[in-house]
Amino acid sequence: MSRLSLSLSLLVILGGAALLAVLNLAAPPSSAFHVSTYVVSLAGKYLCFAILALALDLVWGFAGILSLGHAAFFALGGYAMGMYLMRQIGTRGVYGNAVLPDFMVFLNWQELPWYWMGFDNPGFAILMALAVPGVLALVFGWLAFRSRVSGVYLSIITQALTYALLLAFFRNDMGFGGNNGLTDFKDIVGLDLHLDSTRSGLLLLTAAVLALQLMVARFLVTSRFGKVLIAVRDTESRTRFLGYRPERYKLFVFVLSAVMCGIGGALYVPQIGIINPSEFSPANSIEAVIWVAVGGRGTLIGAILGAILVNFGKTIFTGILPELWLFALGALFILVTLLLPNGVLGLFARRKPEKSQ
Amino acid sequence: MNFLRTCLVLILLTAPAMAQSEDAFTGLGSNDFDAIGAAITALALSGDKQASPTIHAIHDETLYAAPDGSLLIKADAGYVDARTGAPVADVVEDDLIAVRVNNKVRRAVDAALGSLDLFAATPDIRRKAAAAVFLSRDPAILPALAKAIAGETNDSVRVVIRQAQAASQLANPDATEAEQLAAVAIIRAKGGLEAQSLLGSLRDQTPAVANAAGEALTALARLQQLWSLVQSVIYGLSLGSVLLLAAAGLAITFGVMGVINMAHGEMVMIGAYTTFVVQEVIRARAPWLFEASLFIAVPLAFLVSGGIGIVIERGLIRFLYGRPLETLLATWGLSLVLQQAVRSLFGANNRDVGTPKWMSGATEWGGVTVTYNRLTIVVFAVLVLAALLAVLRYTALGLRMRAVTQNRRMAAAMGIRTPWIDALTFGLGSGIAGMAGVALSQIDNVSPNLGQGYIIDSFMVVVFGGVGNLWGTVVSALTLGIVNKFLEPIAGAVLGKILVLVLLILFIQRKPRGMFPLKGRAVEQ
Amino acid sequence: MKRPHSDTLLYLNGVSVSFDGFKALNSLSLIVEKGEMRAVIGPNGAGKTTMMDVITGKTRPDQGDVVFGTDTDLTKLDEPAIAALGIGRKFQKPTVFEPHSVWDNLLLALAGDRRPRFTLWARETSEEQDKIEEILTTIRLKDLRQHRAGDLSHGQKQWLEIGMLLAQEPLLLLVDEPVAGMTDAETAQTADLLREINRTKSVVVVEHDMDFVRALGVKVTVLHEGSVLSEGSIDHVSADPKVVEVYLGR
Repeated sequence: MSRLSLSLSLLVILGGAALLAVLNLAAPPSSAFHVSTYVVSLAGKYLCFAILALALDLVWGFAGILSLGHAAFFALGGYAMGMYLMRQIGTRGVYGNAVLPDFMVFLNWQELPWYWMGFDNPGFAILMALAVPGVLALVFGWLAFRSRVSGVYLSIITQALTYALLLAFFRNDMGFGGNNGLTDFKDIVGLDLHLDSTRSGLLLLTAAVLALQLMVARFLVTSRFGKVLIAVRDTESRTRFLGYRPERYKLFVFVLSAVMCGIGGALYVPQIGIINPSEFSPANSIEAVIWVAVGGRGTLIGAILGAILVNFGKTIFTGILPELWLFALGALFILVTLLLPNGVLGLFARRKPEKSQ
Repeated sequence: MNFLRTCLVLILLTAPAMAQSEDAFTGLGSNDFDAIGAAITALALSGDKQASPTIHAIHDETLYAAPDGSLLIKADAGYVDARTGAPVADVVEDDLIAVRVNNKVRRAVDAALGSLDLFAATPDIRRKAAAAVFLSRDPAILPALAKAIAGETNDSVRVVIRQAQAASQLANPDATEAEQLAAVAIIRAKGGLEAQSLLGSLRDQTPAVANAAGEALTALARLQQLWSLVQSVIYGLSLGSVLLLAAAGLAITFGVMGVINMAHGEMVMIGAYTTFVVQEVIRARAPWLFEASLFIAVPLAFLVSGGIGIVIERGLIRFLYGRPLETLLATWGLSLVLQQAVRSLFGANNRDVGTPKWMSGATEWGGVTVTYNRLTIVVFAVLVLAALLAVLRYTALGLRMRAVTQNRRMAAAMGIRTPWIDALTFGLGSGIAGMAGVALSQIDNVSPNLGQGYIIDSFMVVVFGGVGNLWGTVVSALTLGIVNKFLEPIAGAVLGKILVLVLLILFIQRKPRGMFPLKGRAVEQ
Repeated sequence: MKRPHSDTLLYLNGVSVSFDGFKALNSLSLIVEKGEMRAVIGPNGAGKTTMMDVITGKTRPDQGDVVFGTDTDLTKLDEPAIAALGIGRKFQKPTVFEPHSVWDNLLLALAGDRRPRFTLWARETSEEQDKIEEILTTIRLKDLRQHRAGDLSHGQKQWLEIGMLLAQEPLLLLVDEPVAGMTDAETAQTADLLREINRTKSVVVVEHDMDFVRALGVKVTVLHEGSVLSEGSIDHVSADPKVVEVYLGR
């Protein structure tokens, strides 16, 4: 990825978000240029998915780790934010309990479980949105990479990981709202979530975070670290005989990627207004993989492009022909792997001579 | 009709003469509950033919005393004299007084009914009667029990009557300590929950009896634990055989061929829907075939899923050999398409697949209950596995499959058409998944999502057992099934499953190649 | 077998490895002196590659000692640790980092800190650039420095891999079939290259090509069924009837 295409991408992400926000807030609803709040939220959602895709591309595209459980990190970040938003509701809930969220009152819980402590503080919640996915990735990755679990085996156990979390979060006694998850949020850091300005603000924040993450990711993959990572992806054993420890490289990038997902999830929940266990379903993680594949694996920008394209398609399809969406998604999986191994970006790249620099 | 009417008249003429004499029936009309109870017991022991209907009538509260001292049973058609069984005409209903019943009388009735049936002609009724007496424990029946034991010709029924006698003996205030100790021994030998609750009620007896009962109770509790252990193992084997069926096909496609088929679950689902279609056709065209529907569905499911498997291999997977991650994604996409296709064809709701009569119900072995459908699935899993092993070992196709998986280029050089072997192997694995679907249609909801529930488990089973090792898959499926069922009572069903998944993840990280890994240089490639 | 002394670089004693009952190495013993170049030959399945795997930590022996220098037990170490000690390995099939340029391949192989926290912030130093230039000259790839390694010819990849080995600055090089698939001219150049490398480093070459081994003119060890069948000069082992029977005679 050249410096030019990076700058261009950053410009499109930030400029596009800013344009939407301005057209939403400044243009009167009667104007032809007015952008509805629905579109603003939709764009915010796409960008959150783009964060997930970018994080996934970092591990899959550059380290060869096909994680089929990345949405789990995203969802964990989302739950951390959801817990903060739940605590913000306070006495405005159905039961009017100042401390306990509605579902706990409903389940007859007397006091807040210890792991809900501190989530009334936004700083703490954001810290947890980074730390929980990070620590889970650290423990899981340390075990997996140390014992050289790789390829499809790794994919399958990451899928089992998110499946186990799915089952766990469905349980009412886990204290995360069970089947219904966390919802009915009122405001975030004192700002009403239903206000247009809050929505636009969240969109701008998401765009800024995505831009920052893109820059971090690009720095990483163009550094000598990134070169080692690509070497590990293609010829892991060779790097070992050169004296590198691939497990450390993979672990670093895996944890970083999980943390990036956590941030994405934390931004996703206030814009969508709900987080529930279905976010952990293995299908979500695999769908994220196809975003990356559609855009072009190992290109960073492709992942972002793929996430936005596929989700835009999903919005259109489920609006017009909902029963055809799964056919379309399934066909996309098959066609991209068979015909477009380098994704949409690969179509353009092929015209250039194959040179690394 | 004329003959019947003549008989009726005759009986009517003779009836009043007998009604007035003093007999076992007289006490039933009494106002005193104790007297009624005693009369019931006496009547039961009398051996009178009319004893049984009369006591049944008390039980059903249809026995009435007439002012003249006769007893009448209210039947559907009118009234019948209790002593003779003859119909009685001209009954003035307002004069009748219902025979009074309280709890004490009811107990006497129950005991009496039990003792009456002890002499029934059918062994099964005698056995049931003795079991009822075991529960009612009325010392008053002891003489009847003794008589029944003496007259009993069926050994197994005699054992049950003896147990009833022992139970009644323990409630008998006149029994000697020796008699009661002997009774405790018999009850201990019987075992089961009823025996335990009986033994638990003996704390107020003499110290020797209470002691013996206590000991018996501990011994039975231990036995009970053992049985529940056995039950867990059986549940585990049952779950294990389900896992094995779901994973056996994958052991071929993933284990032997190395193809990551995420649409494997959908092959199972298609097998289940094949069963549904077979049953629908049978219901519409040939209902008498229903009992055999599963036998028709098994080969059909094999052919349908296997055929679709071959199409998938030729149309998709062969372009992706050597690219496992791409195969994974493409077959996942395929699974979405197949699910949606089935949803469009059959609807999103669960479809009703019936269970033949021979698979319904349950049997008891000692202290454990086994349902026939679970048992059938265990047997089916064994048969499928045996068939699979036989195909691999003894057929020409099996030989070629092994040749191709071991050394593709050499096999090709020997003239084996490796692309066809690939397609057939994949078809075989898919067909087995389809047969698994027939079995799963009996215990799970048949919906488009059926397969999704099994895909992760199936991969776990194959990886845990060691990829490429069919026996490893067997051991792994059974182990996972049993571990799951042992964790369930401790941790609950969902948490148990989570624990198994976490343990598996940890295990795979300790031994990435499973329990029974293949060794050697060939593995490295 | 004598214990390792100060001139011994690599010492294998009674090393056995079996896979599912198949004995890949059967009580193999071998000593490589400092500064020595050794050729190892043997028919397919003789255990040559397994021997390399054992020395580089890829395979753990069931039995036996593998000692580097005077007292470093290699059986307790994994591949990166052994590489860090100064043992470099070239694979039978040339294995380079295909998406990277020739330059980057050498850069990654250069001796230095291998930890992520270093590579994350590392910048190319002029020292590193000089080193790479020097190696490029040695392996004759000066003009192809910015070419994608995947686009090189087979022989060029072999040389690049040898160059990467040099960049590692090892004490001992293990080279598996360096001339397989090379033209005669390339084979001769490779022999020169190895002799040049041997001036400063010890080398173990596994090779099938007898002409190449003869050209190297070094001590030869013949492996058969996982143990040493014969050892000595090329003429000595060529004349050994045991060797003739199992290997050369066929």
